[in-house]
Amino acid sequence: MVRQCVHCTSQRAVLRRPKTAEPLCRECFYAALEQEVHETISAARLFKPGERVAVAASGGKDSTVLAHMLTTLNARHGYGLDLFLLSIDEGISGYRDDSLETVKRNEAQYQIPLHVFSYKDLYGWTMDEIVAAVGTKSNCTFCGVFRRQALDRGAALVGADKIATGHNADDVAETVLLNILRGDVPRLGRCANIITGEDSPLPRVKPFKYTYEKEIVMYAYFKKLDYFSTECIYSPFAARGFAREFVKDLEAARPRAIVDLIRSAEQFRVPGGSGSGSSSTGGKAVALPQPGNCQRCGYISSQPVCKACILLEGLNKGLPRLGVSRTRRTPKGPAAEAAAAADAAAANGLPAAAGAAADAPLARGQAGTCCAGQGSCSGSSSRQPAQPCCAGGTCSSSLPAADGAAAASAPAAAAAAAADTNGGGGFAYLQNKAAIASHPSARQLAD
Amino acid sequence: MVRVVFEFSGGMELLFGNQKVVEADVPQHNGEQQLTVAAAMAWARDNLLTERPELFMKGSSVRPGVLVLLNDTDWELCGELEAAVADGDRVTFISTLHGG
Repeated sequence: MVRQCVHCTSQRAVLRRPKTAEPLCRECFYAALEQEVHETISAARLFKPGERVAVAASGGKDSTVLAHMLTTLNARHGYGLDLFLLSIDEGISGYRDDSLETVKRNEAQYQIPLHVFSYKDLYGWTMDEIVAAVGTKSNCTFCGVFRRQALDRGAALVGADKIATGHNADDVAETVLLNILRGDVPRLGRCANIITGEDSPLPRVKPFKYTYEKEIVMYAYFKKLDYFSTECIYSPFAARGFAREFVKDLEAARPRAIVDLIRSAEQFRVPGGSGSGSSSTGGKAVALPQPGNCQRCGYISSQPVCKACILLEGLNKGLPRLGVSRTRRTPKGPAAEAAAAADAAAANGLPAAAGAAADAPLARGQAGTCCAGQGSCSGSSSRQPAQPCCAGGTCSSSLPAADGAAAASAPAAAAAAAADTNGGGGFAYLQNKAAIASHPSARQLAD
Repeated sequence: MVRVVFEFSGGMELLFGNQKVVEADVPQHNGEQQLTVAAAMAWARDNLLTERPELFMKGSSVRPGVLVLLNDTDWELCGELEAAVADGDRVTFISTLHGG
């Protein structure tokens, strides 16, 4: 039962493409997949010539294929990108050490430099130490929050313009489902975006957004790419559990289901949210968090103190449940802290007010009415405290992007806004390399 | 008996005592002439797998997300469960479910 490649018709087919059901030979498969990723990159204008792009590299299949593919396409199509590998060492012995060895080999194989940043250096804690302190129930919360910031901090330290991640179509479809199940409306509205970064200082791009996991793994297998696969010792197979399995079941029944899930998420319009068409839905406005900065470490945060700082405070004080339990609690209570943050920000003109106000009782539930100039409106920017951001419409969406913190829409606008309100072009805290390398909330270790 | 080369990768080897390649003689079912991928798979589960069979198979097939190749060809092109496994054939199982 030998099938011929439908493309070249001369070679024996080695796989059936999930999206198109076409049988292709190896060479035609490589060409088709590479061309598809190239078209995704071009159509979404993911990169500009001369950009310095950090390829988030774990040593796993997705990031290894991404590093291979981006170096290949960069050379073939003259993207003019300055690519490098960026890895985070969580400090999980027997897991990350091995995968970091893979990334080190990738550095040589793809001839692009590698930068590694560790939780230990950034936060003063390894995951092994965190698990010893908090157990294995909430450890993934710590790891997830810390990794996100670590990638941003690492990328900023080495001067990246952008972070490229290996998220594939299956991952995006899972995320769409999870956000539906959690009722996380703000994330649902943006999780299928190919460029994200509303809540990060650097834009993140997903060149594999439409690439099926099956094809990534087949590509790696046939090309004999050097990747590392294991399960995290603290969370064997736990990651996304049922959603992952459900997506695979859907795919088994009908391979197009994955791309259909992504397409449907692209059509979602979140009332009052980011993305286009929000004002035309007539739906109930949803109060979306406004970008602000953490009072302690300066990292972009919709809360007065970012999650990483709260988690670190808990660890450093021996109260590891802090920031993990369902109800948000900060030491002074959310209202007091938020109000304090708003006051402080109003006094010195810091953009923290944006995040603080969103959490303050005064602002809560006012998405439909705005603050009418009471000073707590997140949209009105600290530079024009007396001017309400809108005339009674929805606060978060109907604003022109002209002024600072008002822009909650496009990632670029949000980034520009935050940079603007920092008053100095770019994220102020990211200019201070020393402050990035050692997190302000990190455990201070005695030498 | 059919001589089969089993390959496990992408993390699948963790369920098979960390072995990436296992050569084995797999018996046909009573009276049957051919060995199918379905039978070879069930035999591997019963004789080679060391832990968590539910991560390898679901019902009588592989768990969705596990890729199967017969002599380096996608089993979807060979007849999947009903594909015949001949002496010396290589059956590869790759997990896509493992992270990096």
